[in-house]
Amino acid sequence: MNRFLLPLSIFIVVVGFLGVGLKLNPREIPSPLVGKAAPDFSQPHLADPEQVFAPADLKGKVWLLNFWASWCSGCKTEHPVLMELAKSGEVPIYGMDYKDQRDEALTWLRRWGNPYPVVGVDEAGRVGINYGVYGVPETYVIDKQGMIRYKQIGPLDSETVANKIIPLVKQLESQ
Amino acid sequence: MRWLVLSLMVCFSGPVWAEEAKPLAEDPVVEARLKHLAVELRCLVCQNQTLADSNAPLAEDLRREVREMLAKNMSDQEVIDFLVARYGDFVLYRPPLKATTTLLWVGPFVLLTIGATALVVTLRRRARKVVDVPVTDEEQRRVEQLLAEGGKRS
Amino acid sequence: MIPEIGHFALILALCVAVVQGVLPIYGAMVGNSALMAVAKPAARAQFLLVVIAFCCLGYAFADKDFSVLYVASTSNSQLPLHYRLAAIWGAHEGSLLLWTLILTVWMFAVTLFSAHLPETMRSRILGVMGLVSLGFLLFMLTVSNPFERLIPAAPEGRDLNPLLQDPGMVIHPPMLYMGYVGFSVAFAFAIAALLGGNLDAAWARWSRPWTTVAWCFLTVGIAMGSGWAYYELGWGGWWFWDPVENASFMPWLAGTALVHSLAVTDKRGGFKVWTVLLAIMAFSLSLLGTFLVRSGVLTSVHAFATDPKRGLFILAFLAIVIGGSLALYAWRAPRVGLGGSFAMMSREGMLLANNVLLVAAMGSVLLGTLYPLFLDALDLGKISVGPPYFDAVFVPLMVPALFLMGIGPLAQWKKAEVPDLAKRLRWAFGVSVVTALVLPFVLGAWTPLLSLGLLMAVWIVTTAVIGLRERLAHVGGKSLLEQVSLVPRSYWGMLVAHCGIAVFVVGVTMVKGFETEKDVRMNVGETATIGDYTFRFDGAQDVVGPNYTAARGAFRVSLDGRETTTLYPEKRRYAAQNQVMTEAAIDPGLLRDLYVSLGEPLDEGAWSVRLYHKPFVDWIWGGCFIMALGGVIAISDRRYRLAWRKQEPTVQPSAGTARRKVA
Repeated sequence: MNRFLLPLSIFIVVVGFLGVGLKLNPREIPSPLVGKAAPDFSQPHLADPEQVFAPADLKGKVWLLNFWASWCSGCKTEHPVLMELAKSGEVPIYGMDYKDQRDEALTWLRRWGNPYPVVGVDEAGRVGINYGVYGVPETYVIDKQGMIRYKQIGPLDSETVANKIIPLVKQLESQ
Repeated sequence: MRWLVLSLMVCFSGPVWAEEAKPLAEDPVVEARLKHLAVELRCLVCQNQTLADSNAPLAEDLRREVREMLAKNMSDQEVIDFLVARYGDFVLYRPPLKATTTLLWVGPFVLLTIGATALVVTLRRRARKVVDVPVTDEEQRRVEQLLAEGGKRS
Repeated sequence: MIPEIGHFALILALCVAVVQGVLPIYGAMVGNSALMAVAKPAARAQFLLVVIAFCCLGYAFADKDFSVLYVASTSNSQLPLHYRLAAIWGAHEGSLLLWTLILTVWMFAVTLFSAHLPETMRSRILGVMGLVSLGFLLFMLTVSNPFERLIPAAPEGRDLNPLLQDPGMVIHPPMLYMGYVGFSVAFAFAIAALLGGNLDAAWARWSRPWTTVAWCFLTVGIAMGSGWAYYELGWGGWWFWDPVENASFMPWLAGTALVHSLAVTDKRGGFKVWTVLLAIMAFSLSLLGTFLVRSGVLTSVHAFATDPKRGLFILAFLAIVIGGSLALYAWRAPRVGLGGSFAMMSREGMLLANNVLLVAAMGSVLLGTLYPLFLDALDLGKISVGPPYFDAVFVPLMVPALFLMGIGPLAQWKKAEVPDLAKRLRWAFGVSVVTALVLPFVLGAWTPLLSLGLLMAVWIVTTAVIGLRERLAHVGGKSLLEQVSLVPRSYWGMLVAHCGIAVFVVGVTMVKGFETEKDVRMNVGETATIGDYTFRFDGAQDVVGPNYTAARGAFRVSLDGRETTTLYPEKRRYAAQNQVMTEAAIDPGLLRDLYVSLGEPLDEGAWSVRLYHKPFVDWIWGGCFIMALGGVIAISDRRYRLAWRKQEPTVQPSAGTARRKVA
């Protein structure tokens, strides 16, 4: 090969990568927890702090774990989608109120509606860290064996629910 | 003026006033280790900051978590493993050496080797071409004379 | 009305750029001097039009015209005038206009200082610059128009990012862009030479001063950006290997290599092909930096708000400009002659070895910056490449470069003898080694890196002294003063620039080795001691600024019981964006900086406070300014003054004669 073509060739490769790079989101970090067991926790219920919410109670079920907070604007965007999904009865959505004030969270749910059968409270953000949460909202799909099968970073939209979440849940249900 | 001097003197001599400030950290040893670790860890929510520099709430939580682990005498590697298990290699500013990062780590030195080799080869080849392979002793002598002149000129 | 005039001026500038980019180059191809003559007036007209546009935008900012979208989003009625004007380049659209303005400034400068160039060369140079400017004008007018109206007008502007409300930010970007864009001149010279097919050594002589000036600006621009990060971000760091910093550092490395390689080409007529490639590379990396900062492909502390459409435009522009030049290079370079001969062990050889190191360093920075993107694009996971990586690969590449810096200037051109060099350098080596081993102990701590840094710094300075002494003895002259004036300015410039590096190395080494910091909780009246200095907290007061409110702490600093200064760090809350900023207070000094930043208010008037004692930190930037000063001295050399004088016959390059003799 003509060695004078070398700089051009390198440049073409770099441009190719940069072109692909334009379509990627550098801020989205894939979770290493997908395919692993969902970390255990036992957190008080938001509605009734006496009661304890633990993933072990949900063994044998396919469920979603949604990290949210009343201070989070993305959660507001996502909320109608969750309400819709909850109403369809396809899959139960369990909530984890992340680093929030209890009364504000309760007001939020009263005002906008409550899609969750149970909401756990993660006041110190410890459960969040164990799940690798780095910004709310984040949603995990957990299978019957208690394995994480999918992680949604950022708000769920109806398209993702229809094309990803529901087919995945159906597949996991049939296993 | 006298009043000012007097009050200054009071300020400097008063035992109540000159108390040494307490460090923010409870355990200076843990804090030093945290600092050492945190500059190599990436704050996930920030644009591009280390865990040590960031004021984001998540960074604060993670510092708290790391501090607790260090206080329990866990090794740096254990702390790193803990974070990598949750957030992936993304948290490490020093990418671990793996199949996918080999090029990253050896690249600079490969580049240097290629560059150095290319330079030496080019200079050799060039020296042959430019001096256009002397045939006679007479020519060789003349070239050397010219080279010597060129050297002196600067 | 005024913004429309600005907008219209940009459209006219675009039309002129088309003319400037097409006619002169075509004219040079067919040998039509009427067409070639278009270049000069076109470049000047374009300069004037862009100045008008820039002034119109400046007026809109000064006038608080919030019916202009860009003004409304980067300014505020409470913002003081000088920051409103600096806000012109406070975000994407306006900074692009600054880019274009500076490009036309360089173009205008070329029309002023090119009387000695052959007509074909000058028209090709201006034509190439016109094409580059065409791309930027088109970019602005299509997807980043700074004059876009906001109807109805916003009642109030969203304010300039508080991080940028700082005197350093007023001059840092123009300096940096003068450097980035300045490489477009060297680039245009290279492309013009490739187009003309005659890469004689005169080309190198002509490009040298332009490249050096651009390099000086870039050096100062980067130093100022680093200084800004030091005092404004409040973390006390001065270089973070952030993608945006790397984007400015890569052209600097390539530019530094270019400055040295031009010396070889100028002197020996050799390695023209390589020098041309470096000229293309330096400017290409500037463009790449623009892409990285504005496209959102990488996350960075300083990145602009991003938009994929813009990313696509710059990428296409990048592909055309860089791809086109590299293709031209591949086509033309094989025909370029070789130039005079020299040995590996010679000043030329060492300059080129230094080039290899600089380019390898540049390649490493590029690799590290883009690697996360490569992996992500191949779906192989996400990683971060940060300071630990860059430090690990950069230091081993730079140490030999610094070592060579000592030897190179003492080696003879064409062929140097190793024993002779060793003899001349032995005491410099001895002094450096002894200093490096002993000084750290005297200072109270020994680490390998500390020793290494001092070794390099002392080595550079001592070898410079030897070189200067030999040079002074060599030039003759009766008095020392006469000797000094007989040594060419370019030599002084080189010496000063190299000593700048030594100063920089001392700064980095000492800060890394001896800086101390303390995080304390300070009640009013309490003291904290760091690096022999005692800080006494006198409490924090509320103060009101033009567009912010702040808590301002007062710290009385004393050394051995004597009060030296009072520092006032602030915690500001900017009203418009409700953003909190830490304004550190610094007591700068030749031998150390004292640095205080306020953390959070705690109970009972106490604050969390971070204190730093940073020995020699100002040498880091001082070194950069000395380097740039070296560049300025070098271009004041007689040879260039002659070359710039009108109607001067072109300088006969020494290399041309050398080649003829040998061949």
